[in-house]
Amino acid sequence: MTYFADVAALARKDILLELRSRDTLPAMLLFVVSALVVFHFSLPSDASAAASTGLLWIALLFTALLGLGRAFAAEREQRVLDGLVLAPCDRSAIWLAKCLGVLVFLGVAEAVALPAYALFFEPVGWELVAAVVLADLGLAAVGTLLAAMAAASRARELLLPLLFLPLVIPVVVGGVGATVVDDPARYLGFLALYDLIFAILSWASFEYVVAE
Amino acid sequence: MISARGLGRRFGSKRVLRDLDLEVRSGELLLVTGPNGSGKSTLLALMAGLLAPTEGEIEVDLPRGRIGYLAHEALVYKELTALENLDLYGRLYHVPERRETIGALLERFGLWESRHQRVGSFSRGMQQRLALCRVLLHGPELLLLDEPYSGLDASARTLVDDVLAESGGSRTLVVASHEPEHVRPLATQALALA
Amino acid sequence: MSLRNNRAVVLAAAASVLLVAGLALALFWAPEDADQGFSQRIFYVHVPIALTAYACFGWGAWKALRLLWTREPRYDLESYTAVHMGVIFGILTLVTGSIWAKISWGVWWTWSERQLTLFLVLFLFYCAYFMLRFSVEPGPRRANLSAVYALFGVALIPVSFLAIRLAENFIHPVVFTRDGPQMSGSMFVVFCVCLAAMLGLFASLYTNELAGKRLDARLRELREALE
Repeated sequence: MTYFADVAALARKDILLELRSRDTLPAMLLFVVSALVVFHFSLPSDASAAASTGLLWIALLFTALLGLGRAFAAEREQRVLDGLVLAPCDRSAIWLAKCLGVLVFLGVAEAVALPAYALFFEPVGWELVAAVVLADLGLAAVGTLLAAMAAASRARELLLPLLFLPLVIPVVVGGVGATVVDDPARYLGFLALYDLIFAILSWASFEYVVAE
Repeated sequence: MISARGLGRRFGSKRVLRDLDLEVRSGELLLVTGPNGSGKSTLLALMAGLLAPTEGEIEVDLPRGRIGYLAHEALVYKELTALENLDLYGRLYHVPERRETIGALLERFGLWESRHQRVGSFSRGMQQRLALCRVLLHGPELLLLDEPYSGLDASARTLVDDVLAESGGSRTLVVASHEPEHVRPLATQALALA
Repeated sequence: MSLRNNRAVVLAAAASVLLVAGLALALFWAPEDADQGFSQRIFYVHVPIALTAYACFGWGAWKALRLLWTREPRYDLESYTAVHMGVIFGILTLVTGSIWAKISWGVWWTWSERQLTLFLVLFLFYCAYFMLRFSVEPGPRRANLSAVYALFGVALIPVSFLAIRLAENFIHPVVFTRDGPQMSGSMFVVFCVCLAAMLGLFASLYTNELAGKRLDARLRELREALE
């Protein structure tokens, strides 16, 4: 149970940091709405509903990327990550807490993005909401691990999208599929499978990314 | 407590430490001296477990929760207050009677009045004092102090002297410093890196 | 040392013999495909290369796992070399697949060919692997990061394959089909020889590259010791 107490302490700190500095979340909100507006102008008027769904997923993906790029910003200053790594808690607790923080940010961004999408483009069905929730889990799990990797490299901001995008192509497939196909169950199941595989893998390997 | 055999560490093609043998027993104070870039910080980071050796091996007979590591940086969040930072570390180290312990440390290091200030607004000396609080918070059995005097004024320096003096025998210490005069009388072993 | 040299020579010789034999068999002995005629023979090159690329990535991931398990630095070099070979075979897969697509369907690229799409995804993924390696200082941390990423790679292969199959339902209907050819006995023999040749080529390249890189590292150490 101390594991979850550690996770709670770390996640609370992330939320506190964001409430105080307010860098990440406002940027994500503004970005996702701007992206939707840009997409309106980049879609020909006779484009199908499915095309706008695809663009919505791109907007969500890049919003997640924007948030992930900042995920370890506070830790990079002053080498705080080393301080956390030296604490006796299991290192995966750091990953889990950071994941929860990323999930909260993504959830808030999508709570704005989906109504905006419904307003500008197409109505939002339950499949889309379910797919977004499942996709968030996978994006946060993989993204947090890769953000920690990118933070350890020289290229940082440049590297994260390169590491991230090939790995989340399956999430896009599952997300778009669940929204445009008549029978979304297979796609939602696929997203759940992705979440499971990559969450376990990220949880188990985080220790090696932050410590030698 | 600490033993190293043939210990070496390189960063890329740059070799910082080479072929170092070392034995520090419980209760000793090891003073590490040497010019900038001689590998003092690297050695302490290796002892803390932050770095892995690239040659040889190093063993520390303590779980990492009972080691206190003072680095060049304070290892605290700039956007949080002194109190919030110590509270986070107190939780992660499962410090019993967290509030009282933190309060006493802040008092001792003269930070009680500024406990609700963001660390980002702290001077270098205040950050160093906060870092010392962080390191002592969980009552570590092994203290690794990398340049503990840096940035401190005369009154704060005596605080560090006190920490070193009170540890005498009960706690193992490794102190890296390029101004070793304060530490030398207490040291049981000295290591000069070139 | 001489033993290791011998092994490298034997491997290289075996790989070359198998390669020549495989190509000869594929070109002159394998029966002509009823639908696609002579051009179908690129199958004997394309598919073994693709399977070898998977083997490289798998081998790299296995070495990565060993690295994380034992923390022995030599596994980092082995894992990296295997992935490096995998990328070379992956590029060859893309090229031969593209040629085959041009011959069969008259286009250089088709998204409906699953293996080709998968290799494009993997190509991007492993290019990022190189970017990661180049932007981290050599040492234990880089070894760890690369190993973790290489492990993600082998998890990504089946997941991406599944994703590509699922995507076919909505990206666009499958126009082209290329059912796995019903291989006759003699076709299967040729295929196996070609696969063995490609695996032998990988083994030979891998041993040589590894030996070269080790020599390089040793040389650097000696040079440093002299300074």
